Amino acid sequence: MDPATRRVQAADRQWRRAELIQRVAFALLFIATLLVALASVLVMGLILIRGAPWLSWEFLTTMPARGMRAGGIFPAIVGTLELIGLTVVFALPMGVAAAIYLTEYARDNWMNRFIRLAIVNLSGVPSVVYGLFGLGLFVIFCRFGTSLLAGALTLAIMTLPVIITASEEALRSVPQSFREVSHSLGASRWQTVRHAVLPFAVPGIMTGTILGISRAAGETAPILFTVAAFYVPRLPHSVFDQAMALPYHLYVLSTQIPNIPQAHRYGTALVLLLLVLSLNVLAVVLRARFRRKRQW
Amino acid sequence: MKPTEAPKLIVQDLDLYYGDFQALKRIQMSIVSRQITALIGPSGCGKSTLLRCFNRMNDLIESVQMRGRILLDGQDIADPSLPLVTLRKRVGMVFQRPNPFPLSAFENIAFGLHLHALAAGRRIHAIVEQSLQAVGLWDRLKDRLHQPALRLSLEEQQRLCIARAMAIKPEVILLDEPCSTLDPIATGKIEELLYALKEHYTIVIVTHNMQQAARVSDTAGFLLLGELVEFGPTNRLFTNPRDPKTEAYITGRFG
Repeated sequence: MDPATRRVQAADRQWRRAELIQRVAFALLFIATLLVALASVLVMGLILIRGAPWLSWEFLTTMPARGMRAGGIFPAIVGTLELIGLTVVFALPMGVAAAIYLTEYARDNWMNRFIRLAIVNLSGVPSVVYGLFGLGLFVIFCRFGTSLLAGALTLAIMTLPVIITASEEALRSVPQSFREVSHSLGASRWQTVRHAVLPFAVPGIMTGTILGISRAAGETAPILFTVAAFYVPRLPHSVFDQAMALPYHLYVLSTQIPNIPQAHRYGTALVLLLLVLSLNVLAVVLRARFRRKRQW
Repeated sequence: MKPTEAPKLIVQDLDLYYGDFQALKRIQMSIVSRQITALIGPSGCGKSTLLRCFNRMNDLIESVQMRGRILLDGQDIADPSLPLVTLRKRVGMVFQRPNPFPLSAFENIAFGLHLHALAAGRRIHAIVEQSLQAVGLWDRLKDRLHQPALRLSLEEQQRLCIARAMAIKPEVILLDEPCSTLDPIATGKIEELLYALKEHYTIVIVTHNMQQAARVSDTAGFLLLGELVEFGPTNRLFTNPRDPKTEAYITGRFG
């Protein structure tokens, strides 16, 4: 064999080797991705298969019966909805206000750097710590007692970093030229924010808020000490009442009540999952719609 | 030239720094009412920076430091007795890229009216019509006032931006390379518009297009590295420049 042929063959072997390695690498990456998807499908599949047959109008709309072993989960659904509604009321204005301050007004000084750091830290706090914090501040110190108010405030603080971060991003994505034009037309800083920036950031803020709320809706620890009731035979009358909530109700059904039909638990889990999931889907749909409609 | 009027804007010993970098050096000029004044010069010479001094847009940039004075009708524009909002209402601006808000044409023009509570209800409609008439868009847009402004052609968008600036009745209109994103035909139309507008407004235009400066302006200033090298009647400046650097630039030897 002449040297030229040998060189070609060597190059050929090397190329085959490189391609083999590449295939193995792709396969590994693909399997890893598949496993992630699989976990999600399994969780949802299991709960869907075991819980779906239990779902009925009665399950969704009646009070629990026979020591919560039968009947429905109506008060827990209502409690969770009220809780997240109230959380939005507290968290949204405060979060958007903070985001506006940080993007439109704050200069780069030590205080604002400290504020940013504090917000980042807030998002890293474990949820059970929020629960204890809410117990200390709202339930005991503010004397709200175990109540919707204390629970919603606790969840609001937990949701704030998500809302602030999303709102900041939404505000930053509004082109600088909008602000310039507005100023050039004689708008004050606040008029510029109010009329030339905020309206165009609303979709992003909404998406972020919904995602934050959907996380809060599924949390157990923050509501454990602040609002959640083991069982109340009636719906809350005011924000100072205790309330049942889906995540905690699920925990109770799963650990505190013996001799309960398995499907009752899975049905409850399914309702919670559907609630959280539909919020997430809503956020994704909103984002996609506004992105398509956006013209700048 | 028209009979001499008092200068609308006077610049006295203007120095401007971005941090340590001096962008404008000892600028002196006076801008005559109801004329078109063009600022020309190569990129980075400071012409846009100078333009942005007239409505204090540079205030938005933290690192900017300014010395010297600019007088609008004899009043220092940095004086607290002339609020920034009032200054910008009197000195309007049109930007390089057409930048209508993603709203309708009508809402774009009404934007400034709402800010200054200049008009309400039917009056707004009248001013919108007037402004669009003035920029020659009314006939094209009168049936689509409420459609998104971003669907218009770039030239129409830029006209709309001029109309938006005019709606709040400024005395001076600053234009920062208003034709740089437009094709030659659209550019010609905007230039005709400027020519018509100078009856009512004092116009200052920044351009890197020398033909444009020669065509539309009455007075021209040539800036180089932050210095106003030459300032005078456009005719004279282009046919008989006094400074060799001006001559080199307008004959295309650098720039």
